[in-house]
Amino acid sequence: MMDRLAFLWPEITLFIGTCVVMVLGLSPRPALRRLCAPVCIIALAIAGYQAATTTPEGVHLTASAGQLLLPSMPAFIKVLVAIVGILMALLMAGTVDRQEEKEIAAGTRRFDALRTNRAEFWAFFLFSLTGLMLCASADDLIWLFLALELTSLPTYILVTISSARNRAREAGVKYFFLGALGAAIFLYGFAMLYGGTGSTNLNVINQHFQTNGINAIAMAGLLLSFIGICFKIAAVPMHFYTADVYEGASSPVSAFLAFVPKTAGMVAILLLAAAAGWTYSTGTSAHGLAGFGALATATPTETGQSLPEALRLTIWVVAALTMTVGNVLALWQTSVKRMLAYSSIAHSGYMLVGVIAGPGTGEFGSSGVSAVMLYLLCYGVMNLGAFAVIACLERPAKVTDSKSGVGEESEPSEADSIEDLRGLWKSRPGLAAIMVISSLGLLGFPPLLGFWGKYPLFSAGISSGEIILVLVLAVNSAISAFYYLRLVTVPFLSAPVEGVEPAAVTPFRTRIAAGALSAGGVIVLSIVVGSLMQRSQQAGEVGAFLPEAMLVEPSLDTPISPPAADADRTDATIETTGRLETPQANAAGQR
Amino acid sequence: MMQTIDHSSALAAMMNAATGAATTLAAAEGPKVELALLGLFAAPLFFAALVALFKESVAKWIALTGTLFCALIFLAPWLRFDSADAAAWQFSVQAKWIEPLGITLHLGADAVSLLLIGLTCVLGPIVVSCAFSAVTERQKTFYAWLLVLQAATVGVFSARDVILFYACFEFTLIPMFILISLYGSDAEKRGKAAIKFFLYTFTGSLVTLAGVLYVAWQHAQMNAGVWNFDIDALSATARTLPAGTQAWVLVALLAGFAVKVPLFPFHTWLPLAHTEAPTAGSVILAGTLLKLGTYGLYRFALPFAPVAVVEYAGWIAAVCVVGILYGGLICWVQRDVKKLVAYSSVAHLGFCILGLVALNTTGMTGSVMYMVNHGLSTGALFLLIGMMYERLHTRDMRQIGGLAAYMPIWATMMVFFTMSSVGLPGLNGFIGEFLCLMGAFQASDAWAAGGFAIPGATGGGVGPYVAAIAGVGMIIAAIYLLYMLGSVVFGPLVLPKGHEAHGGGHGRGHDSGGHGSGGHGPDSHGHGSGGGLPRDLNFREIALLTPLVILCVWMGVYPKYFTSRLEGAVNAQAAIMNQAIEEVRESRAADAGAGVGVLIPAADMPVAEVTAAELTAGEAVTVQEAGR
Repeated sequence: MMDRLAFLWPEITLFIGTCVVMVLGLSPRPALRRLCAPVCIIALAIAGYQAATTTPEGVHLTASAGQLLLPSMPAFIKVLVAIVGILMALLMAGTVDRQEEKEIAAGTRRFDALRTNRAEFWAFFLFSLTGLMLCASADDLIWLFLALELTSLPTYILVTISSARNRAREAGVKYFFLGALGAAIFLYGFAMLYGGTGSTNLNVINQHFQTNGINAIAMAGLLLSFIGICFKIAAVPMHFYTADVYEGASSPVSAFLAFVPKTAGMVAILLLAAAAGWTYSTGTSAHGLAGFGALATATPTETGQSLPEALRLTIWVVAALTMTVGNVLALWQTSVKRMLAYSSIAHSGYMLVGVIAGPGTGEFGSSGVSAVMLYLLCYGVMNLGAFAVIACLERPAKVTDSKSGVGEESEPSEADSIEDLRGLWKSRPGLAAIMVISSLGLLGFPPLLGFWGKYPLFSAGISSGEIILVLVLAVNSAISAFYYLRLVTVPFLSAPVEGVEPAAVTPFRTRIAAGALSAGGVIVLSIVVGSLMQRSQQAGEVGAFLPEAMLVEPSLDTPISPPAADADRTDATIETTGRLETPQANAAGQR
Repeated sequence: MMQTIDHSSALAAMMNAATGAATTLAAAEGPKVELALLGLFAAPLFFAALVALFKESVAKWIALTGTLFCALIFLAPWLRFDSADAAAWQFSVQAKWIEPLGITLHLGADAVSLLLIGLTCVLGPIVVSCAFSAVTERQKTFYAWLLVLQAATVGVFSARDVILFYACFEFTLIPMFILISLYGSDAEKRGKAAIKFFLYTFTGSLVTLAGVLYVAWQHAQMNAGVWNFDIDALSATARTLPAGTQAWVLVALLAGFAVKVPLFPFHTWLPLAHTEAPTAGSVILAGTLLKLGTYGLYRFALPFAPVAVVEYAGWIAAVCVVGILYGGLICWVQRDVKKLVAYSSVAHLGFCILGLVALNTTGMTGSVMYMVNHGLSTGALFLLIGMMYERLHTRDMRQIGGLAAYMPIWATMMVFFTMSSVGLPGLNGFIGEFLCLMGAFQASDAWAAGGFAIPGATGGGVGPYVAAIAGVGMIIAAIYLLYMLGSVVFGPLVLPKGHEAHGGGHGRGHDSGGHGSGGHGPDSHGHGSGGGLPRDLNFREIALLTPLVILCVWMGVYPKYFTSRLEGAVNAQAAIMNQAIEEVRESRAADAGAGVGVLIPAADMPVAEVTAAELTAGEAVTVQEAGR
């Protein structure tokens, strides 16, 4: 168990940050309360640095600690989470307790530790990101389940307290119930996986599949897990909540929802897919036994380059439906947040193409896993820019009489309709530019970041022979042009409606900074995309399959001693153990 | 060498450019001529950045300097081009771009590329100066994007890397989108036109991307998993693919390029975009952007999927002919002059593609010449219509007539370029059109190989018929263009309402903005004419049309200067196609031999000439005999 600690330094940092924030947020002194966000940012920065330097990768892994399926993935995902998390923290400014803080500052109200939400908000913000990082480190189904729930549970509360409006509460409840349903489904799946393989350890499960094939129970477990996790990534059968919840939550929280649970879900799906392995040949199962029963089991083959047929078909259908439903429904939206919600559904569909494609030959162009890694990064940055623009715009609060002027009416409402963007180019050229760059990026327009994100999905899909799915992807990208172009043209070309006051800009400057950073990121990252691709290629590498002897008896608590014959592995283990004693020093020596 | 320097220096002086430009050119002509293409790609971007940095009032001068500078740089590769090696990429520069994918920034030009780059560079300053009086608001945005557009277009024509090609190809959409949607003539419709333009081309080219990536993947598989996007390498790989796969590659490539050309029936975005675009936008659209599609077909569709092209060339030719006739007939009933010219592009580019799919040297030379000719003459027509629109604020033929009486220079130019567009022998239009039709006339065998032949006829000589029907399109073109001339230029003077009544100040108000600020010679030209009558062209307008006139005459009178340069490149392409034709014939003959070969009654023709159609006929005869 101690070996696993090596993975957890970033999470530990974030947890310490969470504790500090929880106390700070309850302080009666406004200056201390305001420190919440900076503390979060500092914690994320440290965690990101730790993830880059201390997370074990490649040869430093052993079968007992950390999964060997996608050995380099955790470090990449954690750094990515830290970077996007910092941008998110900037964007979150002023989300909770806005009216209350105003009244306290004006002296009309005293600070009340029971009423304030600030501490909870920032603590849950960090908790959710901790959960996401834990997801990346997971090597065990139980760990994975707990991490997924640690990612999700705080988001239910974030949605609810993100705004004083009733719609936020409605959205929170809806999100919670459907989330619980999703969790129940994939927990059921995990249980069946355990039943089918006799272990909860992903390495052991993978080993079991490679040696014995996938039996019907395990296959059912895989499918149920996938469907359940579809809730997290907002993929089609589980996507119904998306638009309502994104619309109900305040914009910064919607941006958070569009990235954090989705990344957690994609990581989990990749881990499960890697556990099943891309080592089955397409359609083999149909040859042996007849019909449905054959689909439910699978045996890996020597030449295979595909997921087990049943899983492949399921993901294929879900991917195609997700893209199409997301894009088509986005066409009809008049609310920018709903539009972005549906577009986020579509983006999940795009990424699933990479999951199907698998690692390919390991070259970047043919590796779907690397493509997903890169796409998560691109999507995180671009999507944040688009949401930031919406978060920056607001309609002034309606003036109500002072007695009843609490809650609903007194908070500035969001400028969320696409009509509110009209003439933005004239009134707020900076925000309009952020919107234009982010939208064109999300559209995948060359040479912006989105194109370089989508490109490997195309090439990986083609490499794995999924030509039809790639065509679906191409057509969907074209459909998405319809609504992304609206986000470009309306701020840029349409004149503001006569007699309607243009939306005001939020007083929170850091939100604008978050938008500007992500728009700048879209441009800068598309210039240095070559090195990003190298990173994501490493991150998407699939571990070599373990020698059978290494995993004789699965045991969660006792580290398995490596066989003496495997000299390389022994060295690696020693090194890892050495690292554990002085992780920092060792890491410094390594770099 | 000495001669080239003298030549360019003389031209430099003639174009009244800064002396610095001439020195740079002299430097570029030294050992560093290889960098000329890079310069042509980078210089517009640099000047666009300058436009963005400096004041609104100098934007147009920076843009003009930038485009003139590019035109000057272009002389270096043009004069140093080695015609003996026309099929090879020359002036190549390569830089790393995205290493994990094997994507490079790789520029180069063969004869065809260079000719089209030349077209882009020549049109550059003309387009900039035509907007001097028309664009008075948001000038920085306008000129900056115009320059970016030129860079992207040069990038398309000079890319040796498929992804670089694709990125530039797509990126041309953004500047054009902005030019149409911000500077279009009708505030209501221009947004819609811009979106339609964007969506059509974007959708098609995504499928093209999938096709190209498919070929790249095949290439990677054959080369130990190393991805490479070099056009030559990929086309060599693509040619080894089986015919069925090539057909899909061809479909994917056509999806993007046929929309861009635009080939009937994918042309519906074009008239709208042209009508709404500002004059400068229309000129670029007709002059260079449509050529992106034809160039794409020439550069990718033909060498990537030669067997599939042979299989379907006849059918594509048939579609072209339909497009020629359909476009011509639509032109005939147009009342909007600009729309008329826009639809005429559909018909004209039908000729262009017809020559291309004739698959012989004549046809392909004609096609490439047609690309340039169409860019010059249609571009000029759009310029002239723009000048008329600036004066009269209408393009409705019913409201305009007899302008020759008051605008003699304009009328002369109009007649000249209409004649060039109709294909009057001695002007540029003729040579391209003639070669394309000639190519189609001789294409019977090539098309017959793919099964496009008249059933039962010996040799399946369908080429002459296709050429003849396309020839009807030429007559229709003459009818509608001359009809337009007769109505707008000649006849009794008709002016739109309001223009007769106003005082002289009216005309002046619109027109003096642009050239008033420059040192463009006699400014007062035409202001003397009284009333609201339209003034004739001013010095700037004449100056910007003159190079087009010279080029039209040059290409019409001595086309050999251009065709001889193209020879090597087109011959290489034709060799590929001939090989494919042989392959298709052999495989069809083999199929026939295996199936119904025994039943062929006549054995006096060589196997290679046996076509599927004849086989069907032969089979039918045998069946009848058996029935008796």
